[in-house]
Amino acid sequence: MGTFTGSFKGFGVTFAHMFRKVVTTDYPFTPPTPAPRYHGRHILNRHPDGLEKCIGCELCAWACPADAIYVEGANNTDEERYSPGERYAGIYQINYARCIFCGLCIEACPTRSLTMSNEYELARDSRQDLIFTKKELLAPLLPGMEQPPHPMRLGGTDKDYYLGALDNPGTSVGAERAPWSESGTEDAATAVDADARPETAGTLRRPGQSAKEAV
Amino acid sequence: MTDVAKKTDTVTLTIDGIEVTAEKGELVIRVAERMGIAIPRFCDHPLLAPAGACRQCLVDIEGQRKPVASCTQTVAEGMVVKTQLTSEVAAKAQGGVMELLLANHPLDCPTCDKGGECPLQNQAMTNGRADSRFKEHKREYEKPIHISSQVLLDRERCILCQRCTRFSEEIAGDKFIDLMDRSSGEQINVYRDDFFGGEGTGDGQAGDGEGDVPFNSYFSGNTIQICPVGALTGEQYRFRARPFDLVSTPTACEHCAAGCSMRADHRRGKVLRRLAGDDPAVNEEWNCDKGRWGFQYQTADDRIMTPLLRDARTGELREASWSEALLAAAEGLTAARGNGGVGVLAGGRLTVEDAYAYAKFARLALGTNDIDFRARPLSAEEADFLAASVAGVSDVTYEDVENAPSAVIVGLEPEDECPILFLRLRKGHTRKKLQVTAVAPFLSRGFEKLGAALVPATPGDEARLLAGDPAVAAALAAPGALLIVGERLATVPGALSAAAALGARTGARLAWVPRRAGDRGAIDAGCLPNLLPGGRPVSDPAARAEISLAWDTEAGKLPTAPGRDTDAIVAAAAAGQLGGLLVAGVDPSDLADPRLAEQALDAAGFVVSLELRHSAVTRRADVVLPVAPAAEKSGTYLNWEGRLRSFETVLPTTAMTDGRVLEAIAALIPSNHPAAAQETTKGISLGTGDVMAIRRELGTMPPTRSARSVAPAVAATALPGTGEHEAVLATWRQAIDQGSLLEGDDVLAGTARPPVVRISRALAAGLGVIDGDAVTVATDRGAITLPAEVTRELPPHVVWLPTNSPGSTIGRSLGVTAGAVVRLTAGRPGPVLASSEVTA
Ligand code: SF4
Ligand code: SF4
Ligand code: SF4
Ligand code: SF4
Ligand code: FES
Repeated sequence: MGTFTGSFKGFGVTFAHMFRKVVTTDYPFTPPTPAPRYHGRHILNRHPDGLEKCIGCELCAWACPADAIYVEGANNTDEERYSPGERYAGIYQINYARCIFCGLCIEACPTRSLTMSNEYELARDSRQDLIFTKKELLAPLLPGMEQPPHPMRLGGTDKDYYLGALDNPGTSVGAERAPWSESGTEDAATAVDADARPETAGTLRRPGQSAKEAV
Repeated sequence: MTDVAKKTDTVTLTIDGIEVTAEKGELVIRVAERMGIAIPRFCDHPLLAPAGACRQCLVDIEGQRKPVASCTQTVAEGMVVKTQLTSEVAAKAQGGVMELLLANHPLDCPTCDKGGECPLQNQAMTNGRADSRFKEHKREYEKPIHISSQVLLDRERCILCQRCTRFSEEIAGDKFIDLMDRSSGEQINVYRDDFFGGEGTGDGQAGDGEGDVPFNSYFSGNTIQICPVGALTGEQYRFRARPFDLVSTPTACEHCAAGCSMRADHRRGKVLRRLAGDDPAVNEEWNCDKGRWGFQYQTADDRIMTPLLRDARTGELREASWSEALLAAAEGLTAARGNGGVGVLAGGRLTVEDAYAYAKFARLALGTNDIDFRARPLSAEEADFLAASVAGVSDVTYEDVENAPSAVIVGLEPEDECPILFLRLRKGHTRKKLQVTAVAPFLSRGFEKLGAALVPATPGDEARLLAGDPAVAAALAAPGALLIVGERLATVPGALSAAAALGARTGARLAWVPRRAGDRGAIDAGCLPNLLPGGRPVSDPAARAEISLAWDTEAGKLPTAPGRDTDAIVAAAAAGQLGGLLVAGVDPSDLADPRLAEQALDAAGFVVSLELRHSAVTRRADVVLPVAPAAEKSGTYLNWEGRLRSFETVLPTTAMTDGRVLEAIAALIPSNHPAAAQETTKGISLGTGDVMAIRRELGTMPPTRSARSVAPAVAATALPGTGEHEAVLATWRQAIDQGSLLEGDDVLAGTARPPVVRISRALAAGLGVIDGDAVTVATDRGAITLPAEVTRELPPHVVWLPTNSPGSTIGRSLGVTAGAVVRLTAGRPGPVLASSEVTA
């Protein structure tokens, strides 16, 4: 007898769960949306005219407890300008094999160049691919932006950029949730809806299935 | 109470409640420092005169109405000092000064090179306020302006501490930068036309405007190092790294015989900057720009990374494996040894350890004394002089120079040829009693800054002047007087003999100052045809026996006859008498006759070159073996004092020292001694593969018992006669020139002194030229045309040219050395000579 009621008791747990809210997600077919302030992969933002916000100061690298960031500064010239002011990042790399997503680098950045997106799909199949360079990290050119190098379009000096940044922040504001930030910054703002969201590692959909259907 | 006699030269005072005894005249800030109390400061520098310019070091002194600057206040008996640690007043005063300094300081830290090692940043954090009350617009200047091709000035960041201007004026004597303008517009700048009502170009770059004088001091880099903010930065290191990226290694400078200690900072396998090391006995805290910035050669594109072998079929150099190249070198040298012998040109850039390896290799593996480190005009008299008066001697030190009452300088332009010796001489001159007498063709800028008295010398006449000039004898009469001779005296017959004799006669101590870092060490290591290691004369059987013992070879195996010197090696090779040449870092254009040297390299049957970068030698070599630059090996230089300057590896790489390469070659060379004939397969064991092993070997070598050879006694020769429009050539190398280690470093080259031809007033009048007119100096081989600078004190028939500057390569273009007679014409050369003119 005891065995019989015992098994019912056990099944009771199973049955009870059938009527509770499902916590399993259908990843990778329907990637869940993280919290708005989720610490995902980084973005190097741009000024409204397309110039890079990063000044190559290495403060992020200095702040990083995991030694994940490598920066080498370089000299802007009037002929070849990547950021307002004297200095820009000639080399910028974040090593996602090291990063612990603590966000200290974001706090350190004096220009709000570095922000974090909500993207979390960072698995790669080699260590080399886990080192993101400026190519992967730079925010895409939104409408009205121009690919650097180009002269300062927003004013005569770098001060015009930094003082104006409060009202005209370029890609910094909302970078976490910007559509392009969900899907790798290389792909510009075109990837608005979930179906057009390109497949990153491990997000293959079932053939013929849309992202909505997968819910 | 016992009456303790109180020393009159000390005082007792109290700092922060602690009683302390200090020397009279000491500054409060220094005494506090000794006690471990750090008073914030900017303008104060222990090697510069107190200025009290920044006011950051205010302390509270009892009985004084207001806080006092501790960097200018000397101690007094019973003084009660309270620093920011114990006095509210001092802390508040310092906080106030900091707030004012920051009022106009831009928010540049993220882009500023000084960020992370900035005294202003640090002290703003330790002694400043958390926020600023200054809300107004900050003062603005044009962002960095080039005050020379190497130095950038950002006036917004400057806190007007005047360390840079005080260094330039007090230490270097180059008053190129100064405080300009007044009030809130007060700024550091170079002398510009627009400050004095001229036009100027207004683009902020010095040197472009007509009257602008750029900051082209040989010592400008020191101002960057001591600037307490990022107002002065260097072009080369700009934005390259942050202090936390850098790995710092103490090292020694590989350029000149001054022997500065340095610090090399590297990141990711590349040296990014070098700073002057702190060595009070040698360079104090300074160095010269060549040592600071002249390290680009290590990463030059033409650096040789793999062994190269001349392909028998194509006649071109091709890459080869080490084993193939070493075998080829060993076989070629063995064959050459039996076929006329091999000459070794060791060059002056070797460490003592490497020089010793060459000396040992020449004697043991090549069985010859044909080895010479001198890659410049030289004489047999010089070799004798070096053996008699220089090898193993370290009589004169920097301290002696500073404290000497008088110094006679011959055959040396200290600022160009040994910059740190110049700074010490200048310190002696400006702060102590040193009186400099220059036996030189004219008072160069360097000599002028030393306040030198001139004994005008036509090149070639130095021997006579040293032997008989009353002014020279008078200058050396004072006890402690020094006679400082440069390597250039080698070309004046009798001059070194006369110098040695004069030293002996007057009791003045003699110092021989070569130009390159490795010169002095090569003498003691035995890289001379007449000297074995340790200053042992080749011709002395007892000395040879000592070396045989140390090297563990049978006595009698070492070659007994003194060998050929560089000139003789070159001549013999050119005449086809030598079977081969082994050449370390030697540039043929440095030799007395570059053309003959190249012929010698072509004529020699087999040439092995151990080099860093491609050169005129590697182009002609049969085997080229890459060796490590100074940063990638450890070693030791002997500076002109004879002081050891040991350094360890900065960048560990796979590059090998010369000694290690030579050991590997020697291991493949069969011993040529009859006793070893039966076992010809056994190579020679040199034991120079490891720097520590060489140091041990040198360290355990007992001092020689053989007698020092006697100083040479060569008679002076008469001066050559000069006809009309003819002159005797005077020349030396400028500190920043076309030397092979500086080649390709355009930023540094931009600070060089512009090459000119200096002519006497008589010659100028004869030619009808004034300053700036083109003058052509010609020999039968070629001509050099440069703008003239009429120089007042030059003897009537003397003309001066830089030895190796852009447009003026004496050896290559003229084929002569100092003391030769040259022809002068106004203007550019005619069609005949123009074809042989190298550059203009
Ligand atoms: S998030 Fe943290 S660990 Fe990652 S790069 Fe930034 S500072 Fe480094
Ligand atoms: S991302 Fe920000 S902190 Fe990092 S180097 Fe660029 S500007 Fe500096
Ligand atoms: S440039 Fe630097 S060293 Fe010179 S006065 Fe300004 S802060 Fe001082
Ligand atoms: S003075 Fe000589 S040793 Fe010193 S830094 Fe200059 S070149 Fe190097
Ligand atoms: S350190 Fe004393 S006034 Fe500058």
